[in-house]
Amino acid sequence: MPELEDLDVNEFHTEPMVLNMGPSHPAMHGTVRMVLTLDGETVVKCDPEIGYLHRGFEKECESATYTQCFPYTDRLNYVSPLLNNFGFALAVEKLLEIEVPPRGNYVRTIMGEISRISDHLTCLSAGALELGGFSAFLYGIEGRELIWDLHETVTGARLTTSYARIGGVRDDLPEDFVPMWKMTRERLNDIWNDVNDLLTRNRIFMDRMQGTGVITPEEAISHGFVGPCLRSTGVDYDVRKDHPYFAYGEVDFEVPVGSTGDNFDRYLVRLAETKQSIRIIDQCLAKMPGGPVNCDDPRVVLPAKHDVYNSIEGMINHFKIIFEGIQVPAGEIYSYTEGGNGELGYYIVSNGTGKPWKVKVRSPSFYMMSAVTKMIEGGMIADIIPTFDTINMIGGEIDR
Amino acid sequence: MEALIDIALIPILKVVVVVFGFAMAIGTVLTWVERKQSAFIQRRVGPNRANLGPITAFGLLHLVADGIKMILKEDIIPDGSNKVLHMMAPALGLLPVMIIFAIVPFMDFYCHGTNVVIDGMDYCFAEGGIGAGVVRLDELANPLYNPRLGHYFQIADLQAGLLYMFAVTGVSVYGAAIAGWASNSKFSLMGGLRASAQMISYEISMGLSLAGLLMIYATIDVNDIVREQGDLLFGFLPAWGIFMQPVAFVLFLTASIAESKRAPFDMPEAESELVAGYFTEYSSMKFAVFSLGEFVAVVFIAAITATLFLGGWHVPWLYADGFHFGFDAWTGGAATTTAEAVSAYAAANPPDLALPYPLVVFLRIGAFITKTILLCFLQLQLRWTLPRFRYDQVMHLGWKVLLPISLLNLVVTAFFVLI
Amino acid sequence: MSAADIKKLGRKFRKAVLDTSDRLGMDTALIDKSALREVITYLRDDEKMQYNFLRDVTCVDYLHRQPRFEVVYVLYSMPRKTQVVIKAVVEEDEPVIDSIHDLYGCANWGEREVWDMYGIQFTGHPELRRILLYEEFEGHPLRKDYEKTASQPRMELLAPERDALQEFKDYQSGREDSGSRAN
Repeated sequence: MPELEDLDVNEFHTEPMVLNMGPSHPAMHGTVRMVLTLDGETVVKCDPEIGYLHRGFEKECESATYTQCFPYTDRLNYVSPLLNNFGFALAVEKLLEIEVPPRGNYVRTIMGEISRISDHLTCLSAGALELGGFSAFLYGIEGRELIWDLHETVTGARLTTSYARIGGVRDDLPEDFVPMWKMTRERLNDIWNDVNDLLTRNRIFMDRMQGTGVITPEEAISHGFVGPCLRSTGVDYDVRKDHPYFAYGEVDFEVPVGSTGDNFDRYLVRLAETKQSIRIIDQCLAKMPGGPVNCDDPRVVLPAKHDVYNSIEGMINHFKIIFEGIQVPAGEIYSYTEGGNGELGYYIVSNGTGKPWKVKVRSPSFYMMSAVTKMIEGGMIADIIPTFDTINMIGGEIDR
Repeated sequence: MEALIDIALIPILKVVVVVFGFAMAIGTVLTWVERKQSAFIQRRVGPNRANLGPITAFGLLHLVADGIKMILKEDIIPDGSNKVLHMMAPALGLLPVMIIFAIVPFMDFYCHGTNVVIDGMDYCFAEGGIGAGVVRLDELANPLYNPRLGHYFQIADLQAGLLYMFAVTGVSVYGAAIAGWASNSKFSLMGGLRASAQMISYEISMGLSLAGLLMIYATIDVNDIVREQGDLLFGFLPAWGIFMQPVAFVLFLTASIAESKRAPFDMPEAESELVAGYFTEYSSMKFAVFSLGEFVAVVFIAAITATLFLGGWHVPWLYADGFHFGFDAWTGGAATTTAEAVSAYAAANPPDLALPYPLVVFLRIGAFITKTILLCFLQLQLRWTLPRFRYDQVMHLGWKVLLPISLLNLVVTAFFVLI
Repeated sequence: MSAADIKKLGRKFRKAVLDTSDRLGMDTALIDKSALREVITYLRDDEKMQYNFLRDVTCVDYLHRQPRFEVVYVLYSMPRKTQVVIKAVVEEDEPVIDSIHDLYGCANWGEREVWDMYGIQFTGHPELRRILLYEEFEGHPLRKDYEKTASQPRMELLAPERDALQEFKDYQSGREDSGSRAN
C-alpha cells in the first residue's frame, strides 16, 4: 500500500464517463442523440447522431407533383410551417418565371411573419422550460395558441397548414382576420412583456445563458450559420433585408444584431425579432392592396370552382393541373427565404414534367447542428441545455 | 396515572398531532397547493377532475387519488442495484425531516397559573397571585423548575435545540447520496453526487447565518429564542429576528431552500437534464416517500424560519394577558427580584386590551400556523418563477457568496453586541 | 456581378471550366472534378471573390446521362452579396471527389449526407459515414435507380426474445400462442 504522502492527486486513476443523452430525452428537441464523454461535469467529447426523424422528404418529392410537395414542406420546420410553404412556392415560381400579384405577396408576408412569431415564442419558452422557469414557458405557449388560432382561421389547420400554392396562396384572408389580429396583438404584447420581465434581467437566467455556447463570427460563417444564430455573433445577414422578396422591400423593420455569439444574445435577438415581426404585420395590413391573391396564369393556378363545374375548358384545365402537375420548364434554381431559423434554401432541379427531378432543402438547423460540438466541448453538461434551446434545432428540419 | 399521562400519553399525542397532523398533513396538502398555485400563476386551472360523484372539492380529491395510485403501482427495483440500499434510501430521505419537527414550538409552555408580563416576556406565577419573597424569573420560565408550565406544544424542549437541527440536517444528506448510488444508473449517480455536494456546501452557510442570531438572543433553545422575540425595540417594534438580522434572514432562507433541493436549487433533480436525478429509478411508494420528504422539508423550513425570524408563535404586541403596546423598562434583573417589585411593575403596566388566556393560546397557535403557511407559499412561488442554477454556479453561490456574507454578518453582529 | 465572377473564373481555370451558364439568375460553372479544390480555394480566398459562405453541398443524379452525377456547391459571398454555383462532374464508375471539409466547416456534414444519399466518396474526409440513415442500411436511396420498395436489414436487437415485429407477424398469421402475454 502506498503511503498517504506518496499519493499525488493528479495520479489518481480516473476514467471519463460516457453518457448517452439518447433520442428519447426531455431536453432533446426532436430526437437527437448525443453521446457525451464526460470528465466530471465537463464535456470532453460530444458526438451527435441525427436521423431519427428522417422521413425521406426528398425522395417523396421526386414522385409527387409540385403541389403535392406542399404538405411535405409543412413538416420540415414544423414550428413555422408557413415559412417553409412560401419558400417552396417562391422557388417553383422562379423556375416558372411567373409573378405573384401584390396582394398575394402581402398575404404571404403577413402569414409568414405570424409563423415566425410562433417559432420564436416556442424557442424562447422552451428555453425557459428547460432551465426551470416553468411559468415563462406557459406564457409563451399561450401566445403560441393564439397564433395557432390565427393559423386556423386563415388556413384551416393549426400546424400543418399547406397554405401556399404555386402562383399565390390557397385563399384570401377571411374578413375576421383583422379584428382577430388586433386582439391577438394586444395579448401578444402583454405576453412579450411578461416573458421579458421574468427572464431578461433575471440573474439566474443571465448566469446560465451568458458566456455559454459561444461561437465566433468567422467560425459561424464557416459552419454555415444563418438566421438569429448568425446575427447574434454580429454578422448582419438577413435574407429579408439583403435580398428582399414578397413584400419585405416595402415595409420598414429593423434586424436585431447581437455581439457576443453566446446563448444570451441568441435569446435577445429572437425576443427582439418577435417585436419586429409584429411591426411588419401591422404595416402590411395597413398597406395591403386589393386585387387577386393568385396570379392568373391558367397553366399554374386552378380555375375557379364554378368554371370547373360549368365549363369544359375549366374542367380539363383543372384535370390537367391536378393529374399531370404544373409543367415546369427544365432548369434548376436555388431559391432562399428567411425561415424561422435562418436562410431556408430550396435547390430544385426540374426536367420539364410536372414532378420535380430533385428537391433539396438547405435547412439551417442541419449545419448549425454540426457546429454544436464546437460550442459544447469544453463546457459543462448543464450548458448543453441552453445551447440546444437557443440553436433551435428542429428535428424535422435536420432530418427532413 | 398522572405520571403515565405525563410521560407517555402527552408525548405520543404531541408526536401524532405535530408530525402526522401538522407536518405530514400540510406536506400532503402542499402537493395540491403547489399544483393549484402554479396553475394560477400560469393562467390555467390546475387539477379539478378527481371526484366522488358530484363532489370535486377543487381538486383536493386528487390527493386521495394520488395516494391510491402510489400504493397500487408496481415497485420496480433496477437490475444491478444494491437492493438493501435501494430500499433504505427513501427512508433516509423522509425520516430526518420528520424527526426534525421535535424542536418546533407551536406555542409557549401552557401556564396553569396566572400570567404576568414583564417587559415583553410572559412569566407564570402561582394561581392566586404573585406571592411574596424573592422571585427567580429565569426559573419561572424554565419547565424544569416551574411545575405549572405545561409542556404541550413542543415535542421536545431541548436546550440544544438548534444544534439538534443541524445534526439531523447533516444526516439528511445520506438519503440523496445513497439513492443516487443504489440505482445503478449514470443519471442517478450524477444526481446523487450533485445533491450531496450541494447539501454539504449549504449547511455551513445555514449554520453561520444563524450564529449572529444566537449571539443576539444568547441561547440555542428554540423556544427561548421565540420568547426573546417578544421584546419591543424602541418601544414599539417587536424584536423579531428579521428586524434584528435581516441579512441573516435572507441567507438562512436561501441556504435552507438549497438544502432541501427545491427550485431554484433543484440541480440534483433537474428534469430536463437528468430526467429525475437521483430518484429516476424509484417508482410507486418509494417515490412518494421521496416527494413527501421534500414537501415536509418545505414545511419545516417555513416553520423554522417563522420561529427564528418571524417571531414564531408571537402575534405582535399580544402577550399572555392581552395586548400591550408598550412597556416600562424592567430594572429588576432576571435572577433575583422581589415579588413586590413584580407586583408594582404589573400594576403599572396593565394590558391595553385584556384577553382571556385560552384565546391568546388559540391566537398564538393560529399565528404560527399562518406564518408557516405564508412561507410555504413563498417557497412555492419561488419554485415556479425562477429558472434553476447551473451546478458550478450553485457551488459558487454557496462558498464564495453566502459564506463570506454570513461571516461578515457574524462580525458586524459581534461588533454591535459588544457596544 | 456574379456573372463577371464566372467569367473571371473561366479565364483563370481555362482547362477546368467545362461550361458556364446563367439561366434564371443562377451563375453556374461546370468544372472538372480534379480542379475542385483549386477552384473553391480561389473563390474563397481571393480578395475580389470572397465567397466565404458555403450555402449547400448536394448532388444531382442524371440517370440516363454520362457523366451521371454532378456535385453542386452553392457559394455565397457575404461581403459582396453575390452567389455562384460550382458543379463538379462525377462519373458513375468512379464516384470519388475531393473533400473540402477544411475549407468550410459545414462541408463536413454536407458531404456526409451526399455520401449517405448518393454514394459519392469524398477523399480526405475525416469520418465519412452515414448521417441520416443507420449504419446497416444498404444502398444509397436518393439515386434514381434505388428500389423504393426494397426492404432493409434490421439492426441488431438487444432483446431478441421480445421481438415486436415477430409478435406482429405471429398475430397476423393467426397463431394462438402469439402476443406479449404468451410467455
